[in-house]
Amino acid sequence: MKMTVAQAMVRCLEAEGISVVFGLPGAAICPFYDALSRSSIRHILVRQEQNAAHAASGYARITNKPAVCIATSGPGALNLITGIATAYMDSIPLIVITGQVVRELLGRDVFQEADITGSCEPFVKHSYLVKDAASIPRIMKEAFHIASTGRKGPVLIDIPFDVQKETIPFSYPEQVQIRSYKPNTIGHPGQIKRVITALSKAKRPLICAGGGVFSADAQNSLVVFSNKTNIPIVTTMMGLSAVSPNDPHNLGMIGMHGCAGANRAMNSADIIMLIGARVGDRAIMSPMGLAQNTSIIHIDIDPAEIGKNIETDIPLVGDAKNILEELCEKSEKLHFESWYEPLRTKTHSSYPPYAGYIRPQYVIETLCAHCAPDAILCADVGQNQIWAARGFNIPNGRFLTSGGMGTMGYSIPAAYGAKLAAPDRQVIVVCGDGSFQMQMMELATLCANNIPVKIIIMNNGRLGMVRELQDNQYGGNKTAVFLDGNPNFVALAQSYGIPSVCVQTDTDVASAIDTMLSADGPYLLECTVSPSEPTL
Amino acid sequence: MKYTISILVENHAGVLSRISGLFSRRGFNIDSLAVGVTDDPQISRITIVVNGSEYMVEQVEKQLNKLIDVIRLRRLKQNETVSRELMLVKVSCTVQTRSQIIDIVRVMDAKVCDISKTTLTAELCAETDQLKLFCDLLEPYHILEVVRTGTVALAKGDDVVTA
Repeated sequence: MKMTVAQAMVRCLEAEGISVVFGLPGAAICPFYDALSRSSIRHILVRQEQNAAHAASGYARITNKPAVCIATSGPGALNLITGIATAYMDSIPLIVITGQVVRELLGRDVFQEADITGSCEPFVKHSYLVKDAASIPRIMKEAFHIASTGRKGPVLIDIPFDVQKETIPFSYPEQVQIRSYKPNTIGHPGQIKRVITALSKAKRPLICAGGGVFSADAQNSLVVFSNKTNIPIVTTMMGLSAVSPNDPHNLGMIGMHGCAGANRAMNSADIIMLIGARVGDRAIMSPMGLAQNTSIIHIDIDPAEIGKNIETDIPLVGDAKNILEELCEKSEKLHFESWYEPLRTKTHSSYPPYAGYIRPQYVIETLCAHCAPDAILCADVGQNQIWAARGFNIPNGRFLTSGGMGTMGYSIPAAYGAKLAAPDRQVIVVCGDGSFQMQMMELATLCANNIPVKIIIMNNGRLGMVRELQDNQYGGNKTAVFLDGNPNFVALAQSYGIPSVCVQTDTDVASAIDTMLSADGPYLLECTVSPSEPTL
Repeated sequence: MKYTISILVENHAGVLSRISGLFSRRGFNIDSLAVGVTDDPQISRITIVVNGSEYMVEQVEKQLNKLIDVIRLRRLKQNETVSRELMLVKVSCTVQTRSQIIDIVRVMDAKVCDISKTTLTAELCAETDQLKLFCDLLEPYHILEVVRTGTVALAKGDDVVTA
């Protein structure tokens, strides 16, 4: 069947089961948009391209399948980069489609030309600059395969304007043939045996679960394994919500901003099983010291992660779900003293209330108590992220954040991406007044598409985390952290037609949250937080 | 410590920039890099010599292996490898020095590939340390220009890196 490349691309997306895409058009991607508009795929028009990548990222995290974002050539494509890099750091599968200038003008610095495949090189799993029209079905198939297998990640397809208009015979390939790409998913049997033996001798074993648990869809397998073996679990921030906060084996989140019990567990365990965790510096600050006192079992699908940040005693490369299931089958209930019981986090609400401000910890606590048990909490970056992560307590909920890159402005687009992927789940954003202003144009996207995402702004009038850093490490020389000129957030939301209130005392928080959660459409709740509120 | 890595890659545009970009952004130092197509026109072979620690070279290998275009990769063992590098060196010469230079060229098993009234260009294909010695010997005659291809290497015997 003959069709244009643009039409063929849309057919490929349909064949991959794509029903929603995020983007913002421009001249160089118009043929594709023309074809897209004639398909059943829903296009969400973002207000800035970076948010298209974040929205696709939120969508992909919930479906665990590649999600699609689109931009035009030059500035459109360049605006995507932060979003692509954010997805890359957190191993989120994206298909990024960018328009490009016509082939014969490539390299001449024409209007809206940017070398996007070159610029994105460090942040993509793979990229294509499509010069041969007939190769597009193969490239699309490969892109989806590469993005969604092995260690997941973004794949970029840069497609010149004239290529999009060329006519090709179309058939979507059924199989992928990439001789150089065959990710290993099954754990090596010898290594699995070594893990079982090591665990059987352990006195204080511990599982440290990272974001890879979600990528492998291994949440259940993890819980089953932990229950059967009685091994407790700590998570990284990326692994937060992989295990229910109510699970008796869950000791909480580790790291610089983690909870004391979880960090103590890391330091007192004799064997740590890292599962889909890349030992980032915010999670494990001194990996060398840790590895000296503890045996490390490292389970990861990416062989390059083994030994990169921490010395490993037993490496195990493969898919976390496969490996956990196999380990579960082969291991026994372990009999070690209940060493971790004293480390279990007690739910804290020990922060005394004070006049004029609300306590952010109390907001998160109340939110988690009042929202649906499977709600999705999408935290931005900064103090708000730490308050949200530390207070996260939604039994079957999900926590989303930009863990690796720490990209401010992630939460709202990621949240509506998540909401479109899971329309039946409540999706709540927690952001600061600084991060909100990096994405507030997306209120329009929420309105235009009536996506009922709830937004909580923790307004302390500061870039709070930097303010704290300056207070603690720069002798209180607070500079460039004052968010003077903040708008009236309630009035701003209302100008979009989004209902909004501001709360200033703890006593108003619970009813405000209830009102927010029961609202039909999007909603914005501003919380006045003390400028000197600490992160921890 | 120097390590030689032999890499088979897809012969596409952009592959070399992916590989060299990876070295620079991860802070790996390349001593030399040589690329050429193999007997299969779809496959190129890249030979990279890196200087660094065991940890670093392991990271290099793992990160290279993650690139989709990398088909096969092997670290070559120093004593079980044939390695060669080609160098052209242009040295200034006069009627008085020409025969001395030609003597050095002969002793080193090099070849004269161009000659003029004032210059002599020699080629030497040998192992890297021989190239260094050759340069040292020519130094007193004033070297005008040097170009080297970078090391190419294959494992000895029936040890073969194939796609």
